[in-house]
Amino acid sequence: MSLAVAGTRHLQALIGSLGRLARNPFSTALTLLVIGLALSLPTGLQLFILNAQLATGGFPNAVDLSVYFKTDVPLAKAQQLAHNARERADVASVELISSDKAMEEFRNYSGFGAALDTLKENPLPHTLRVLPRSDAQSPASVEALRRYFAAWPEVDIVQVDTDWVKRFNAIIDVVQRLLAILAILLGAGVLAVIFNTTRLEILNRRSEIEVTKLVGGSNAFVRRPFLYTGALYGLGGALLAWAIVEIAVLVLTQSIDTLAALYGTRFSLQGPSARDVGILLAAGFALGWLGAWISAARHLWRIEPRA
Amino acid sequence: MIVFDHVSKRYPNGREALTSATFEIHTGEMVFLTGRSGAGKSTVLKLIALLERPTRGTVLVSGRNTSSLKSRHIPLFRRQVGVVFQDHRLLADRPVFDNVALPLVVAGMSLKEVDKRVRAALDQVGLLGKERMLPMELSVGEQQRVGIARAVVSKPPLLIADEPTGNLDPDLALEIMRLFRRFQDVGVTVVVATHDLHVVREFGQRELVIENGQIHDEAADHLPSVIAVR
Repeated sequence: MSLAVAGTRHLQALIGSLGRLARNPFSTALTLLVIGLALSLPTGLQLFILNAQLATGGFPNAVDLSVYFKTDVPLAKAQQLAHNARERADVASVELISSDKAMEEFRNYSGFGAALDTLKENPLPHTLRVLPRSDAQSPASVEALRRYFAAWPEVDIVQVDTDWVKRFNAIIDVVQRLLAILAILLGAGVLAVIFNTTRLEILNRRSEIEVTKLVGGSNAFVRRPFLYTGALYGLGGALLAWAIVEIAVLVLTQSIDTLAALYGTRFSLQGPSARDVGILLAAGFALGWLGAWISAARHLWRIEPRA
Repeated sequence: MIVFDHVSKRYPNGREALTSATFEIHTGEMVFLTGRSGAGKSTVLKLIALLERPTRGTVLVSGRNTSSLKSRHIPLFRRQVGVVFQDHRLLADRPVFDNVALPLVVAGMSLKEVDKRVRAALDQVGLLGKERMLPMELSVGEQQRVGIARAVVSKPPLLIADEPTGNLDPDLALEIMRLFRRFQDVGVTVVVATHDLHVVREFGQRELVIENGQIHDEAADHLPSVIAVR
């Protein structure tokens, strides 16, 4: 068989599959919807993780400590203690944030400016932001530093600021694992849907398959349209999933922008990248093809012509 | 063309449809298989078309032993045998053209060639111009002729038919049989299973009678008049 003829046969199978899908628009739409929803969930979650990382991307990963003085400690005393802290060998830098400066920052970034104006006095303490030297960032060294500051009578609390960054990263890690599990489960679901759709299609077209085999149709010839149908379902479902995610992004963009503005950041929601879309479409196509192939391998050989 | 050598066929349900059948059909012959319903006519055709394999004995078709043919070679084998059924087995949702084209499409023929051959086959059975009609829109006799066009469109050297006139009135039956003889005239070996003795007598071709799984070659035994007609 020449290449042109082989190409023609594949084209015929493809057009035939498209035609059959178009002739049953309702059931085709339902199958596509199921596959589209199943594929949109992991895609959406992946996008959520990406955006969460982007939104928090400015946070330093380096360890630092916040030392909060008691509110009655005067600024001069705080400056003197800051000076003492700078003398330590394991300290790289110490920044003193006075209660006035803290108040100003809080007023600017919290969105509670008007409410803060009603306060008679500044409730915020002076704070030191202490960055340990790079060779003193092990948990033990940081703990020693924390104890050193906590021992001062003027100090209210010492907070190791990396804790929440670590927690955040741990949460992201958990969500990423959830994403992997979800992707596997929903991928298996898509396989099952296409397997079953193909099985029903094979049963519906039993007599056609028998006649085709009777006139000398090979197994590959009989199987081909089912593989195309499966792949089209997968690809169509993936396109639908893409549309669902893009619409969700569109719906959320404005409120996310508003939210970001309220927090004084300029974060804006990212849609799926070309690479993400490529992976989604390839995964849909592959799942469709594979599901149909498994189903055809399982059901087609049993159909032999009767006389 | 076809050799049955002590062929027996026992189905999984235990029924023995054929017992030690031995006969030979030569290339270019037209042979009627007769016998009561359930006598084993269909079994003989199934063994020829490789829809079944013999339990014992050897079936040779075009020199090939059907028992030793590997399953991946079966599609190629079947393209050499045109089969016509009593219920014609047309695809109801496809127009006449698509039904007749199927054997050519599975063989990977170019669309241009398919178009030419399908028209030629439909012309041979007198249905040119009905390509776009659905089988349901045709009469029973026309449907059967579509089935015959499909069986001969790839020009197989062997044509077998299982009760092709079973649903037809005598005139139509004769018309169909004449069609088969026209294929014989151009060198096709034709085997027709039928219980329509009227038709068999009319045509006076060689007759193989199946009775209780045994084959009697009527032409070889007696009926010299039939041979004389030929």
